[in-house]
Amino acid sequence: MSQNREAAIGRRLSTASLAAIGLGLMLAAGMSQAESDTERMEMSTGSIIGATCMGCHGFQGQGSGDIPRLAGVAKEATAGKLLEYKSGALEGTVMNRIAKGYTDDEIQAVAEFFAKQ
Amino acid sequence: MSLSRRGFLKLSAAMAGAGAIGATVGCQGDGAKADAKRVVVIGGGFGGATAAKYVKLFDPSVEVTMIDGQASHTTCPFSNLVIGGLKEIDEITHDFTALEKHGVNVVKGWVTGIDAEGRVVTLEDGRTYEYDRLVVSPGIDFNYDAIEGYSEEVADTKMPHAWQAGEQTLLLRKQLEEMEDGGRFIMVAPPNPFRCPPGPYERVSLVANYFRENKPNSTILVLDPKANFSKEGLFREGWEADYGGMIEWIGPDFGGGVDKVDADRMVVTAGGTEYDGDVINVIPPQKAGWIAHEAGLVDDSGWCPINTGTYESTMHAGVHVVGDACIGSPLPKSGFAANSQAKNCAAAIVAMFHNENPPEPSWVNTCYSLIAPDYGISVAAVYRVEDGKTVSVEGAGGVSPLGGKNAEKEAGYAHDWYASITEDIWGS
Repeated sequence: MSQNREAAIGRRLSTASLAAIGLGLMLAAGMSQAESDTERMEMSTGSIIGATCMGCHGFQGQGSGDIPRLAGVAKEATAGKLLEYKSGALEGTVMNRIAKGYTDDEIQAVAEFFAKQ
Repeated sequence: MSLSRRGFLKLSAAMAGAGAIGATVGCQGDGAKADAKRVVVIGGGFGGATAAKYVKLFDPSVEVTMIDGQASHTTCPFSNLVIGGLKEIDEITHDFTALEKHGVNVVKGWVTGIDAEGRVVTLEDGRTYEYDRLVVSPGIDFNYDAIEGYSEEVADTKMPHAWQAGEQTLLLRKQLEEMEDGGRFIMVAPPNPFRCPPGPYERVSLVANYFRENKPNSTILVLDPKANFSKEGLFREGWEADYGGMIEWIGPDFGGGVDKVDADRMVVTAGGTEYDGDVINVIPPQKAGWIAHEAGLVDDSGWCPINTGTYESTMHAGVHVVGDACIGSPLPKSGFAANSQAKNCAAAIVAMFHNENPPEPSWVNTCYSLIAPDYGISVAAVYRVEDGKTVSVEGAGGVSPLGGKNAEKEAGYAHDWYASITEDIWGS
């Protein structure tokens, strides 16, 4: 990429950023946060399965009441529990029925996804 | 906020442009601004609101507009708790503020037309919205004609269905409150397929709970055209344990199929026998929501055929249908399933925009039902695609064990589930 082109993009970015700031203020902020690239939700085996877990475990796996938080929990801990639910070594209510629906690789993937949240 | 629509759209475009350029610096540069993809979502319920939010999460550069006729959504899940006097309607009503914070353009209005060729949606007031991909999540509508004497007017006045939450929920609640002790509540259960398979039986349970505590001489009669129903063993066990002989269920073998109602006399006719009730809840046969019919998205079944995983209509390219309106079998018509479908659909749409293969879909359904405030049961399943078809994973899923050993825990989880899924969709 030539310098000129880079500079041109830089200029356009700053104009666009100004518009973004203006809009953000008018819409009581918040919006611009989701717009940033770092907030983009990954598309992977872990995130697709993980998204279904959020139906009970809450947005991004935040948990609710007695339903445990998954966000930020170490991969080994989540995967370990899921594998125990799957084998029956750990008795839960609904989780034994659900964990049996996944391969061990899928369990590792979803555990990794929530560890990153 | 007072911002004119025109001004908002201009700013939205600038905003989307900013996102698009930010995401493509170093690879494409020019041209990204004009290429911002547009997704329009019809419906702000479990399917629609989830699709809108998750398209935005998977790709913030996509312009997402969600259109709903109401300014908020009152959920069918937990509406039985309102009917049973355990919750207020406000507690199950969710506005769309958080979706706006996620960058979704929320529009209040009724969609009256979909031009699938021109990719334009038209509202009752004439406003139009162009799209690259449309997600239709209109929920259900009713076949009022299937039951002689029943109509929308009868539903709105004397015999509510309360199968779309809101005014109908409150009407049924009011009728139960006004009923005298010793009265009879009749539920006319719907034939398959219908929204929320365990829902009618949870409703019966929570009405029984209300009667037990407030009108103990009252009785409940369920007239059912189905030979069996969701979580039947668990419901029957719970009814026996908690409500003795209060609930009578009549299936099709004994004339449970209702063919006629008389709203003036408050009478229901099933299998040639007349039953009179003090409060009569008629849940009629169902079909996909009105706009799906209007737009030619339904087949002869009255529901919308879709492609596995992407939820793209087999009737119209570029249109996706999620939630109760689609033929999502083996997933049931549930709020949880709609949420799960919409996430897979959102991922597929974003992948298509990027000319990538949609990710391998994966679904879960978990439905909690309350037999009493401290007595919960559940059914769960995991689904995946095998040989091009959606299947329930063998060896996984199933219902709570009989005997009620987890009943109290699962009652708690039911409330925690509701908090989680509503936060996932309309919160955060």
